[in-house]
Amino acid sequence: MWYLCVFYHRLLDYRKPEFESLADLFGAFQDEDPTTSHALEWKLPHHHHPDSPFHFVNLPNEDIARNIANRSILVKGLYEIWGQGSSYEELKEAINSYPDDRKLPYLTSDSTFRIIVDSFGKAISFKDQTARIHGMSYIPFQGRVELRNPEHKFWLIETDDYEANNGLPPVVDKTIFFGREVGAADRKLLPTYQLKSRTYLGPTAMDAEVAFLMANQAQAMPGKLVYDPFVGTGSILVAAAHFGAMTMGADIDIRVVRDGRGPDCNVWSNFKQYGLQMPVSLLRADNNLPPWRPGLKEVFDAIICDPPYGVRAGGRKSGGRKLLKGVVGPYTVPDDKRTGHIPSTAAYCLAECVHDLLDLAAKMLVMGGRLVYFYPVLRDSDSLDVEFPKHPCFKLVASCEQMLSYRYSRILLTMVKIAPYTDEIAEAARVQHLEFKENHMKWMEEGNLHAAVFSPDFPAVDDRDNKCKDPKKKYRGKYV
Amino acid sequence: MRLLTHNMLSSNIKGVINGFPLRIEAERVVVKQVDFNPDFLKNMFSKIDWKALADASKIMGYAELPDEVPDPSVLDSDEFLRKFHHALLELHLEEGALVCPETGRRFPVNKGIPNMLLHEDEV
Repeated sequence: MWYLCVFYHRLLDYRKPEFESLADLFGAFQDEDPTTSHALEWKLPHHHHPDSPFHFVNLPNEDIARNIANRSILVKGLYEIWGQGSSYEELKEAINSYPDDRKLPYLTSDSTFRIIVDSFGKAISFKDQTARIHGMSYIPFQGRVELRNPEHKFWLIETDDYEANNGLPPVVDKTIFFGREVGAADRKLLPTYQLKSRTYLGPTAMDAEVAFLMANQAQAMPGKLVYDPFVGTGSILVAAAHFGAMTMGADIDIRVVRDGRGPDCNVWSNFKQYGLQMPVSLLRADNNLPPWRPGLKEVFDAIICDPPYGVRAGGRKSGGRKLLKGVVGPYTVPDDKRTGHIPSTAAYCLAECVHDLLDLAAKMLVMGGRLVYFYPVLRDSDSLDVEFPKHPCFKLVASCEQMLSYRYSRILLTMVKIAPYTDEIAEAARVQHLEFKENHMKWMEEGNLHAAVFSPDFPAVDDRDNKCKDPKKKYRGKYV
Repeated sequence: MRLLTHNMLSSNIKGVINGFPLRIEAERVVVKQVDFNPDFLKNMFSKIDWKALADASKIMGYAELPDEVPDPSVLDSDEFLRKFHHALLELHLEEGALVCPETGRRFPVNKGIPNMLLHEDEV
């Protein structure tokens, strides 16, 4: 059945992938052959730009539709459309010809309802809204109006027909939709979980909205185990725990995971604050030398993380060498100093970090498990055809860009494990990675990305000719 | 640190072949209530090294688990799941150490956080 899906007009790249991840989670693809690509059928209203908030989507049934919309973060509403038209006369005709057996069950005398007038690209005054609601009286509503908690919500949504369409290219025809709400995102989560209310924060704590999107991409749910190898203050795992998943985190910095800022201001307290299930474990470990027992595999249902790129925070790994004066390697720690010794760490470049992450995920994820992580991209003209890291065990199902500055974006990659991990695959992946590193990741070496993001002479800024080549639409900067 | 974590960790010092299971030196063990979730336990059951879990829970003062790997049919028994749940998730090693069975290297556990980072000469 086709529904109208209206998205919030933000994080444009994230909207459909979130919807499809949730569709998969709630069983929209159950009857399909698992080897085919899991994609929903989407349709745009006439003359709408692909970034328009209005989309039609085909879903198997209303329960799935409601589950998806209610758990999503970016779905403003999912509606069963009773009619649409470019004028109110056309709308009336369409609604009147919509089958009665779809309408009457929602218009009974023992039900409560309300009509909400909404618009995209313009504001409708309160007086006009009331007039429009009264104009719908040709629909035989029998129920009682209730504004606060109605059983059925009906929406009258107008798109605009003049030029400035919230920054999107203009829509030629004005469209008016009328439909019954099936479900909508619970955006109240965001003020509850917003970072400024969080007791323990680090410099790169993940924004609540994006953390929820990551948890949705990872399909976190009760009974699943979700791991974050760069846990920091736990801001991503908080979102996964909100959806009922068991969580586990590791970090190389023991001050962050163990001490925090005191007994009531640490990673544990961030979970306690919201009444969430505590992480199953937090540990100090190095993702470059993971301490997992041999033979342990396919234990995590999802791995979600924001790896250190070296822009705001750099990665560290074991194996630093701080040679004492007069000592010529190899470095040894004297026996009497071993207890309480603080090992030094070495820089951990992003290329290596990503390789370790893919290897860990290939081994430790269950089949069909998801790896969800951010990957930085420079927005200069050279990196238009961005190659993402690949692995023979994984299929990339979504890549969602979020522009962070004129110079760089981060892309949320969602990969699904499709093949079991074997030694041969690990070796093939290593070779593939070396090739990838050689061709695509020179700029990811230690410090390069930082330099490119912060250097004063960014080539694309100086070079006027390059400006027109910028494929990214300017309006996107406003919303993403 | 819960025993689920202990069950997953080994000593990864360079050259160590058999770093699992880590011997537990328990200084302080606490019991923390965790919501009972049968789905999660069933999910974890096949991934657990049973002997390591049974031995570790004994050291932590809980001897209710069978020594031998139980048949998966026990997962239908609520009584078994409760015991498994308690051993896997509710026993916490708050202070102590995990000791590498081959080299005797102690990985300290403070405030419930195992420190698995290696020294410079161990990588």
